[in-house]
Amino acid sequence: MFADAIAALKARFPQAADRASLDHPAVNVPAADVPAVLEYLRDRAEFDFLADVTAIDWSEKVSPRFTVVYHLFSTASHEYVRIAADCPDDAAPAVPSVTRLWPGANWHERETFDMFGINFAGHPDLRRILMWDGYPHFPLRKEFPLAGIETTLPDPDVVAATHAKVKPAPMVGGPFVATSGELNLSDSEPRAKDESWNERGEKPE
Amino acid sequence: MPTEFAFPDAAAKNAAGEFETEKMSLSMGPSHPSTHGVLRVQLELDGETVISADPVVGYLHRGDEKIAENMTYNQFVPYTDRLDYLAPLANNMAYAIAVERLAKLELPPRCQAIRVITAELARISSHLMGLGAYAIDVGAWSVFLYTFGEREKLYRLFEELTGARFTTSYTRIGGVTRDVPPGWTERVTGFCDQFLPILEESMKLLTRNKIFLDRTMGIGVISKADAIAYGLTGPNLRGSGVPLDLRKDKPYSGYEQYEFDVPVGSTGDCYDRYLVRGEEMRQSVRILKQAVAKFPEGPWHVVDARKIFGPRKEKILTSMEELIQNFMLVTEGPQMPAGEVYFEAENPKGALGFYVVSKGGGVPWRLKIRSPSFCNLSILPKVCVGAMVSDVVSILGSLDFVMGECDR
Repeated sequence: MFADAIAALKARFPQAADRASLDHPAVNVPAADVPAVLEYLRDRAEFDFLADVTAIDWSEKVSPRFTVVYHLFSTASHEYVRIAADCPDDAAPAVPSVTRLWPGANWHERETFDMFGINFAGHPDLRRILMWDGYPHFPLRKEFPLAGIETTLPDPDVVAATHAKVKPAPMVGGPFVATSGELNLSDSEPRAKDESWNERGEKPE
Repeated sequence: MPTEFAFPDAAAKNAAGEFETEKMSLSMGPSHPSTHGVLRVQLELDGETVISADPVVGYLHRGDEKIAENMTYNQFVPYTDRLDYLAPLANNMAYAIAVERLAKLELPPRCQAIRVITAELARISSHLMGLGAYAIDVGAWSVFLYTFGEREKLYRLFEELTGARFTTSYTRIGGVTRDVPPGWTERVTGFCDQFLPILEESMKLLTRNKIFLDRTMGIGVISKADAIAYGLTGPNLRGSGVPLDLRKDKPYSGYEQYEFDVPVGSTGDCYDRYLVRGEEMRQSVRILKQAVAKFPEGPWHVVDARKIFGPRKEKILTSMEELIQNFMLVTEGPQMPAGEVYFEAENPKGALGFYVVSKGGGVPWRLKIRSPSFCNLSILPKVCVGAMVSDVVSILGSLDFVMGECDR
């Protein structure tokens, strides 16, 4: 039944191709076909549970650069299937939204948009979810550095409206940051410390 | 220049002859005691009734997925502690199994049994916290004192096993950090024996408590279809009557050997979710007793996986080859083949999934964490509509989420 479902899917969508996978069956489909394929799997093959939506950035040097990956689960046969779609445009990646099929896709797609900047066409409310509104970068893209990029916080329009005075925490050299070499831990920790002994002075008897 | 406050005309009526009311927007959180962490719910209110609720998440976002792309597989284990920090042992296990699936490693039975025991202890610990905190949310203080007493006993077991009470970091890819200490499994049995009467006692404070029933029964009803459509997992899904438990339906780490029941709710309200969690603790005790009773002998980590699991400490200190092997493992990480896997484990909060994309080597190319709390919270805008503000507190508590896991 389960193997049939994948074979039937490929018969129904000839453009679907096998995807290399170490565990669950996986299928590559063109981005435009994603809603149709997922709807087919949901209604005809009992893959009624959208477990996860995410994306992979294959780095700036690779084209197609972004792949959106869907994991479906069947509450009847207890199997997973992985559907992947390459975004055709590297500069403005986009796939059609599947919020129409599963309302739970809403937050997953918002997160993928937030982290990768992939546009989900037809999404009812495509706002950032983990980062704040107006954050200028897409942190899970490969060119984004691990240390982060300093940005103004909060947004200028929020400051104009609320007169908020927020000083962003320093990225390096802050009170809680232990750097190697120059500063030792008891100097960089602002908590109340017993000055009578530390790593430079012996503990009094 | 502050404008002078004027009372609205109390007698003003609209065309239909009803009194004009104003909608109020209320920000609940991010530091509200009932939001269990840093969740903000932007409520639109008509009097005391919720018209719309928009959860604002991300206050605890630390970029765990970005961090994972920049370190070896074993180095990421401590970060999994900090996802659902009420059940770190279960997270450790889910992450380790996901990466082991990548390498197609078969773990020896003893290691699997150790992981099952730790995961079930973590489930009890997490549900005890959920139960106690939920009781406080709806106005019953004393349950918390009982459940926290029990959690303290669990923490003692965790500390003896892993060296840490809270951030355990117990698993390694291909095994665990150390074997169980002598007598530990007997102490687990001892905990189980004394735990059941105390669980009954603390649940007795709530199950037929009039105030608790009024605050939870018929509140926050989630239908079967909605629970599936929104991707709910764990006790929240089962509370809505869907008998889906990955330990039963997609067994991992030897769960197929243990007998246990999967409790489900009938109406999908807050009360059902509470009952499901209570019953799950009893079932966890059943699993623990079976796992201890047939606790297998043998190795507690993979053997013949020299590029994945490190050698024993005494070997490193005495043998050149093991020293080199350890050096390579620490600097380059456990060597994984290229490919991708997706693994979900039944954690206390729901299905915790790890999607690992590897290009080979010791560092993942992409690691996606599918967090159950994130998916469970996404139903909030739907389930809160029409509820009272006090019901929102009740609903939030019954969903039992952890923001560390939601925001990652």
